[in-house]
Amino acid sequence: MIFNEEFETMPREALEAIQLRRLQATVARVYNTVPFYRRRFDEARVTPGDIRTLADLHKLPFTYKTDLRDNYPYGMFAVPMDNVTRIHASSGTTGKPTVVGYTTRDIQTWSELMARSLVAAGTRKDDIVHNAYGYGLFTGGLGVHYGAEKLGASVIPISGGNTKRQVMIMKDFGPTVLTCTPSYALHVAEVAEEMGVSFPDLKFKAGIFGAEPWSERMRQEIERKLNLKAMDIYGLSEVMGPGVAVECIEAQNGLHIFEDHFIPEIIHPKTGEALPYGMTGELVFTTITKEAFPVIRYRTRDLSVLHPEPCRCGRTIVRMGRIQGRSDDMLIIRGVNVFPSQIESVIMETRKFEPHYQLVVERVANLDQLTVWVEVNESMFSDAIKNLQSVERELEKNIRETLGVTTVVKLVEPKSIQRSEGKAVRVIDKRNI
Amino acid sequence: MNVEQISIFLENKPGRLEEVTRIFEGGGINIRALSLADTTEFGILRLIVNDNEKAKRLLKEKCYTVGINEVVAVEVEDRPGGLYRILIALSKENINVEYMYAFVRQSGQNAVLIFRFDNIQAATAVLKREGVRVIDGTELYAM
Repeated sequence: MIFNEEFETMPREALEAIQLRRLQATVARVYNTVPFYRRRFDEARVTPGDIRTLADLHKLPFTYKTDLRDNYPYGMFAVPMDNVTRIHASSGTTGKPTVVGYTTRDIQTWSELMARSLVAAGTRKDDIVHNAYGYGLFTGGLGVHYGAEKLGASVIPISGGNTKRQVMIMKDFGPTVLTCTPSYALHVAEVAEEMGVSFPDLKFKAGIFGAEPWSERMRQEIERKLNLKAMDIYGLSEVMGPGVAVECIEAQNGLHIFEDHFIPEIIHPKTGEALPYGMTGELVFTTITKEAFPVIRYRTRDLSVLHPEPCRCGRTIVRMGRIQGRSDDMLIIRGVNVFPSQIESVIMETRKFEPHYQLVVERVANLDQLTVWVEVNESMFSDAIKNLQSVERELEKNIRETLGVTTVVKLVEPKSIQRSEGKAVRVIDKRNI
Repeated sequence: MNVEQISIFLENKPGRLEEVTRIFEGGGINIRALSLADTTEFGILRLIVNDNEKAKRLLKEKCYTVGINEVVAVEVEDRPGGLYRILIALSKENINVEYMYAFVRQSGQNAVLIFRFDNIQAATAVLKREGVRVIDGTELYAM
């Protein structure tokens, strides 16, 4: 099923004509309204008038997450605040989050794209969507919510957490579509089993899972345990939120990118050179309809591949492969973005000491668990057990309050964390996803 | 002079305690008393040795995290009720014992109790008032 037949199945030529027109308008607008972009374009000796074809996009400079941080909180907004009707945020490379804004029309666009995503994944007007993405600054919860409303489906705004209650509601309310992170889906399956609730007895037919990397193996496990069809969804708050791309239930083979709103590119993460279709590289997005927070050639750091062949579902828009990894050291822990450098600064602020630390990520009972090993030093050492344990709890609390992620902090002996030549090995990811 | 105790952070895994004693053996450090507090992840080894400065230096050379803090050592007769009499006096004054350990002197007549208090001065004053013999550092290290 297709929500917007016109735009999702448009012939490539017509689509590209629309893309070019929208790109030109966006480039002109950011040049005139966002000082950051004007400076960058001037430095690169490119003007809006130089964008005559879609290929001219490559003349424009990249935008990085650090640029968003440097312009915190509102420096990248392209409209005055009285036109901004919504603000979301995601964690950034340091303590400061990345702030994004939406106009009323941006929210309408986002709702439309989430409605398209829900329909692509098999949702109808008469479905009940159990939305277990977190509501709040994170774009997941409200993104799905507005899309479900736009479609006219019923939405249960359950948000994350309190899994036993979620299972009870699944049993009693009879939702048919589940939206959450893939790891949470498996966790729910486990809790349901403990509670003696069997998924085949529930009414779910489809699930839309995203906000963290997963694999075909996980898809099979989710489909088997939850007795539904599992679709991958992609999005990031800097570009919009969930609904940038989604898999269709017909093929479950790559995520359709809504190209009438975003222009994707795959580039070589080191050289920045554009790569042809079929080659794996870093995904880069340019938004071409966003008003409040347009981004030009935004470096997602996600590694993927683009496939242009039309899909058997009828969509003509390009498909991206599953995210294969990151071109930086960002971790995604239960849907929350975490950079090792953020943890490092929390440790330093807590104890005013250069820390040696290592992060170990594991999947325990299908949920990500992040353990922070910190070498004990004299500023935190004490002869009393309770004082050392309170150092651990204090660090856990500060990390949770700063980054929104729950960790287990363990103190270890000095020099016990392996030093490698040059760069320290900060992260050991044991998740087999 | 009060008694100084050395404490060492150790991970709870095989061979860690052995390495500390090997360092002491090589450096001619004699252990007067010790206690080991443990959790599932780590432990704290607390020691009274004959030469604190040297012990600390040797340990730090091997990258151990070492702390030095004051404890109170008292001598009591080695017979039933010896410790009880002291604890009554302390609890009456609402003084908390963080932790303690003990050993019996070679003569077999007396026991030495080592206490860790938050408020050492208040605790020492109570002990002295009760007529408990508080041992100073120099005497203890040489025992």
